[in-house]
Amino acid sequence: MIAWLRNHRRALAHALRRLWSAPVNTLFGALVVGVTLALPAGGEAMLASLLAFGRHVSGPPQLSVFLAVDAGTVDAGEVERRLREQPGIAGFRFVGRAETLKRFREAEGMQEVIDALPRNPFPDAFVVTPGSGDAQALETLRAAMAAWPKVEHVQLDSDWAKRLDAMLRLGRLAVLVLAALLGAAIVAVGFNTIRLQILTQRAEIEVSRLLGATDAFIRRPFFYFGSLQGLLGGAVAWLIVLAGTRVLQQPVEDLARLYGVDLSLEPLGAAASVILLGFAALLGWIGAWLSVSRHLRDWT
Amino acid sequence: MIRFERVSKRYPGGIEALADITLTVEAGEFVVLAGHSGAGKSTLLKMIPAVERPSSGSLFVNKQDVARIRRRAVPYLRRNLGLIFQDQKILFDRSALDNVMLPLIISSYPAKDAPRRARAALDKVGLLSREKAMPVTLSGGEQQRLAIARAIVNRPAVLIADEPTAHLDPDYAREIAGLFRSFNQVGVTVIIATHDQALFSPMASRTVHLAHGRLEQA
Repeated sequence: MIAWLRNHRRALAHALRRLWSAPVNTLFGALVVGVTLALPAGGEAMLASLLAFGRHVSGPPQLSVFLAVDAGTVDAGEVERRLREQPGIAGFRFVGRAETLKRFREAEGMQEVIDALPRNPFPDAFVVTPGSGDAQALETLRAAMAAWPKVEHVQLDSDWAKRLDAMLRLGRLAVLVLAALLGAAIVAVGFNTIRLQILTQRAEIEVSRLLGATDAFIRRPFFYFGSLQGLLGGAVAWLIVLAGTRVLQQPVEDLARLYGVDLSLEPLGAAASVILLGFAALLGWIGAWLSVSRHLRDWT
Repeated sequence: MIRFERVSKRYPGGIEALADITLTVEAGEFVVLAGHSGAGKSTLLKMIPAVERPSSGSLFVNKQDVARIRRRAVPYLRRNLGLIFQDQKILFDRSALDNVMLPLIISSYPAKDAPRRARAALDKVGLLSREKAMPVTLSGGEQQRLAIARAIVNRPAVLIADEPTAHLDPDYAREIAGLFRSFNQVGVTVIIATHDQALFSPMASRTVHLAHGRLEQA
């Protein structure tokens, strides 16, 4: 056990020495991995910000129940009674047609249009807050209410939020695909780096074998080397994303404000950072493993 | 201690490097393997640490059949042997001391005790004052002594050397031969392949002749 720990410490020190002894190579290697990983990591940071924004703005979904234009007070009372009895409803609010008309007349540029109409075109309506945000439950509720007498139309107000959500899910998928593709590229970079390392250390490997080194002894420093190179690349990617969000922060906020929304760009969170670094180290390790298996296999 | 039983080695293409070798080396012996170049001396020596495998026959090292040894067991076999290669195989990217420490590191020897033990080995071959020297700055004789220091640092029971005095001046060669005799005198089994029979045979307990891959027992 002590010997095992000693071997690992030695392999780690060996790998660190190798990285340190060729600082330019190490820097460029880390840069390649870093820039490559910064793309999906940056995408993830952007998506996380948009997602937080989406949740913040949309809130719980609502359903608007529009009655027929010819529905009277009695009909509205009937719908109200059914709403009270309908399960899966957290609350509702009546919006009378006169109130709607008044609200529209107050809106800029609408007064003349409204005044030109012979009569009030708006129906009575109820704004219903459902008990759950589940898409299936919402649809069931919508269908049930649409079938009631004197109900003309039921509008699910969370439609745009759902669209945003669908778009973000698509975006997340794109980030994952990008991460997988670029991850393969990083594995290839690691594979080549380790291949060169093996070639330059050929004499040492050969002599070590003759002096009784086990396969594990020979391979271990390369695994550490690959993982460390990946980890360094991950750190570079993290810094790139941090710098990117810092630079883009103000312009994005300004742009969002022009659309009347409050959107702020956040750097990677703690969990995402840990995943990024772990993923980068893992990719480096995989590259090293493939390279070592391929290039050290046939040596006696 | 080391026993070849009807060992043959054929390379692809029908070249027979060794044929029907039966040879026993007892513990504490000093055996000289003589013969012209290409007689199969190197091949025979390389079989002991399983660098080469016999095509047929058995080879026992400490009762372990090296002809059928598993790949995973080979490193542990080699750690018990002191090997001196014809081309020395010194690493030129590190100091003399670091070269001698390599076998200790490989066998997980405690890092803080390794330099002391490596210096003791350098001292035995008379290179203690050159521990920090890079191998390129060492003379041919010094490089050979460095290779010997590396072979003995693990205190092996057997020392196997392939042409340890090739390319050396007679004075250096005598020095090296003296070293082997001193190790043998403290109980180390020594097997040396050489074409310089005149140098080693007087101190050897036995000289074995190889010609065209066959033994000619004297």
